[in-house]
Amino acid sequence: MTAADPKVTLDLALAHGLTAEEYDRIIRILGREPTYTELGLFSALWSEHCAYKHSKVFLRLLPTKAPHVLQGPGENAGIVDLGDGWALVLKMESHNHPSFIEPFQGAATGVGGILRDIFTMGARPIATLDSLRFGDPEDAKTRYLIGGVVSGISWYNNCFGVPNVGGEVAFAPEYQRNPLVNVMCVGLVQTDRIFRARAEGVGNPVFYVGAKTGRDGIHGATMASAVFEEGAEERRPTVQVGDPFTEKLLLEACLEAMATGAVVGIQDMGAAGLACCSSEMPARAGTGMEVELSRVPRRETGMTPYEIMLSESQERMLLVVARGREEEVKKVFAKWDLDAVEIGRVTGDGILRVSMDGQVVAEVPVRALTEEAPVYEKPTARPGWLDALQAFDPLTLPEPPDYEAAFLRLLASPTIASKQWVYRQYDQQVGTNTLVLPGSDAGVLRIKGTPKAIVVTTDGNARYVFLDPYQGGALAVAEAARNLACSGARPLAVTDCLNFGSPERPEILWQFAEAIRGLADACRQLEIPVVSGNVSFYNETEGQAILPTPVIGMAGLLEDAGWRTTQWFKEAGDRIALIGPDAVSLGGSEYLATSGRQLAGRPAPVDLRLERDVQAACRAAIEAGLVSSAHDAAEGGLAVALAEACISGPEAVGAEIEVESLGRADLTLFGEGPSRILVSVPPRAQRHFESLMGECQVPWRFIGTVGGGRLTLKVGGSVVVSLSLDQIAHAWRTGFERHVA
Amino acid sequence: MRFGVVIFPGTWSDCDFHYVIGEVLRQPVKYVWHRDTDLGDLDCLILPGGFSYGDYLRAGAIAGRSPVVEALPDFVARGGHVLGSCNGFQILCEAGMLPGALMRNECLQYRCQSTHLFVENADTPFTRGLRPGQVLKMPISHGEGKYYADAETLRTLKARNRIVFRYCTEAGDVTKDANPNGSIENIAGIVNDAGTVLGLMPHPERAAESAMGGTDGLLLFHSLIGSLVEDGSVLKG
Amino acid sequence: MRARVFVRLKRGILDPQGAAVKRALEGLGYREVQELRVGKVLELELEGTDPGQAHGRLEEMCRRLLANPVTEEFTVEIVEDGARQRLA
Repeated sequence: MTAADPKVTLDLALAHGLTAEEYDRIIRILGREPTYTELGLFSALWSEHCAYKHSKVFLRLLPTKAPHVLQGPGENAGIVDLGDGWALVLKMESHNHPSFIEPFQGAATGVGGILRDIFTMGARPIATLDSLRFGDPEDAKTRYLIGGVVSGISWYNNCFGVPNVGGEVAFAPEYQRNPLVNVMCVGLVQTDRIFRARAEGVGNPVFYVGAKTGRDGIHGATMASAVFEEGAEERRPTVQVGDPFTEKLLLEACLEAMATGAVVGIQDMGAAGLACCSSEMPARAGTGMEVELSRVPRRETGMTPYEIMLSESQERMLLVVARGREEEVKKVFAKWDLDAVEIGRVTGDGILRVSMDGQVVAEVPVRALTEEAPVYEKPTARPGWLDALQAFDPLTLPEPPDYEAAFLRLLASPTIASKQWVYRQYDQQVGTNTLVLPGSDAGVLRIKGTPKAIVVTTDGNARYVFLDPYQGGALAVAEAARNLACSGARPLAVTDCLNFGSPERPEILWQFAEAIRGLADACRQLEIPVVSGNVSFYNETEGQAILPTPVIGMAGLLEDAGWRTTQWFKEAGDRIALIGPDAVSLGGSEYLATSGRQLAGRPAPVDLRLERDVQAACRAAIEAGLVSSAHDAAEGGLAVALAEACISGPEAVGAEIEVESLGRADLTLFGEGPSRILVSVPPRAQRHFESLMGECQVPWRFIGTVGGGRLTLKVGGSVVVSLSLDQIAHAWRTGFERHVA
Repeated sequence: MRFGVVIFPGTWSDCDFHYVIGEVLRQPVKYVWHRDTDLGDLDCLILPGGFSYGDYLRAGAIAGRSPVVEALPDFVARGGHVLGSCNGFQILCEAGMLPGALMRNECLQYRCQSTHLFVENADTPFTRGLRPGQVLKMPISHGEGKYYADAETLRTLKARNRIVFRYCTEAGDVTKDANPNGSIENIAGIVNDAGTVLGLMPHPERAAESAMGGTDGLLLFHSLIGSLVEDGSVLKG
Repeated sequence: MRARVFVRLKRGILDPQGAAVKRALEGLGYREVQELRVGKVLELELEGTDPGQAHGRLEEMCRRLLANPVTEEFTVEIVEDGARQRLA
């Protein structure tokens, strides 16, 4: 109703990404045509990014409850109880589209957003992890994207002051024009100091705190819900710019303000900015909200109500403060040189009422924008091409002419090779809690003042999901839990980041539905609740979708930090055992990918009961002090796991291995399968280890001994690989770096 | 002895220093806000790591002009000690409390890694418990840690034995490969003329417990506490 | 009154960022670039109308904060109504 606002028509609604049916629904809800500002609110809040309208029906399958879950999905982040009065807050989010358009700022603001999700709950962030996917490593554009993304993450993390303790980087051609940037954060909070994004208490004032509002990021939420078209790189102006310094001040000010007891509720102004906060916060509390936009601190002139409501300027929060205690909150923010301005109040009528200079520009029931947003159950269809792909038998391919060359090629594959180039750019230790640095199966962080430690990891093999979405989903959960088990931890909770193509295509939605079914079954069997997460659809450019990529972030607990175990061999003379089954496959394997073969075949399916038992056996051996290392045998199979155990630690040490052939040496050494853990057992513990494995009733066998300066692999009685540690270390250490340096 | 740990907007190693001094070393310690200028009750002031003011303009530039830093010359003149690590070292140079400057790492990337330090001068209050030539292991975490000083300054530093630490290999060799950031002559830490103000890029507070991978950082604190107790500057505890 | 301050590394001080940008330009075929140094531009909006006085104040700002005398040099430029008046 500002004079300059364009007239609202169906065409304008369509241009906002709404459908004709949705536009009709808005008119029915309001009983009139929406104002321009209202159209903006509906388009943002009803976008896939905010409303999960295509994914909600599937996400209901995920188990979200357990006695230790203090907060499940639906808040800024999930929370689990750690005992001793402490709780862990965790969340993972994607920033894929912004990172493709402007890798440095896109990735940086991705970190900023996830940090805010954690500290709005009252927690201090203690670690981040990043899960990245890129296209062809040989391509110059990929190099540019990696450089930008890694330095953006590095800049924001390091300046803010949170350690990065793990993550993954994987490559596949399908990510060429749609890289993935998923960032996970965990934080610690005392269980009696948890805050939620609820606008409780009619009459309580609403405060805007943090950085000023500009025109950046307007339509970020709808952009994240639209397929990339040619020319997306021209969209630069909508990309937000991060300010980790202001975020650090905001962290300290928010935690200090919360400690006064004057804060009632708080939410990050992330996607869809003020529009999202001012509707979601009252909706959760069953209240309404009034905001006066002329009071919003702005850094640009002439901003319209539409722009102020939808701006995605970073480093801002909306606070509901206990009436009468405004001065306490203002004082804290003034100390940290941040704006804290009262812009409205909580009302009892369930309406979001937005005014500009006293004139009402939007008046919408908050539930209509949130809980009552449209939910779709769109058709799914198994892709017709899947049968042929699955029918492919990798064993019809010839064996490699030179096993050692094939092995070195595998170790030098940028997906497998050392990621030191990445993580040495991240502060890994600030906070002095990091007991296991990046480079092992999982990051380990102590909880000062307790004997406990938190263990965190991210995992997700998209090739498996592509070839068998149900198995792929289950395998991702199994592998994440296995990584925790290798560190000695019991899994507590999952946060997931589900990266897929357009849900409006039945084959993509089928991949999504099947992957969720796999995730849900694995979480249920392994008894790990999903407490938060994020869906990122529309990861496609000109009809080319990414590989379906559900990334699992998992946190676990070590009751005794002293149990923590790393993946590398420690001592010559230790016996090497493989716990788990022999069921492996070359389908979708890294070996097949590095041999220039097509992505085809089937991954080895996971037996969830066996998986659970293997993990329990590994944990039991660690808790009893019987193993000096434990490492998940995952991508690259047994051979790669052995090489990593030899060379990834502070001191390289060799090993001699002898295994039965599983039919062919390539399948035996490079075949990938779940539920397999490589441990090293000191001679003094051997007897005890044997009897413990017997009690655990899991398949296991000794396969060799640690020691010497070479890694020698014998299959079915003959030496297939015998390489010096220098040779394997060179391949593994330079494989990634040579593409980016 | 009594320690103060300064907090500038954007400081992040404050809690880590506070923890090591208070919990590991069991010494009295308090936080000092960047606007405070009353340092009367302190024996040693720590300028911790972080990105004060976002390191916008130049690392440490804005913090180098803050009230607490302007109070440092008086504090040092009446016998106070100052330890600046990482951003704290940058701030001390920006404030002119130590000569030279810290520039962007030669590799143009941030570096977080373990380094080895060759103890050049074991005759400062911070290093009196060490041997010259001793090798310490301490991590670095910075993007702008390349120490630079002009030829004349460098001559003065050497003539007066003010270079305290140089980056070296595990075996103690000061080589180009052991230099993580391109610092001139591998310089990792220097002191003022009196030896009472130490600036270093590495993080001693991250090398103060075996669980964190080493305890060499504690040696600096032990030296300092020992020195000050011995010369009667402070009462024990 | 509008002013611009240019801050750059002193001659003789290694500029790895400049070298990296020069290499990148060479990679794109711009081989004529002989030297490239990266600096900073600060734009200031000032109160007052006396350019001489402003210039003195700006130099003081540079010495006290905007440039690091150990590694950097600066120049100050006052821009009035689009007319550029180079003063230092």
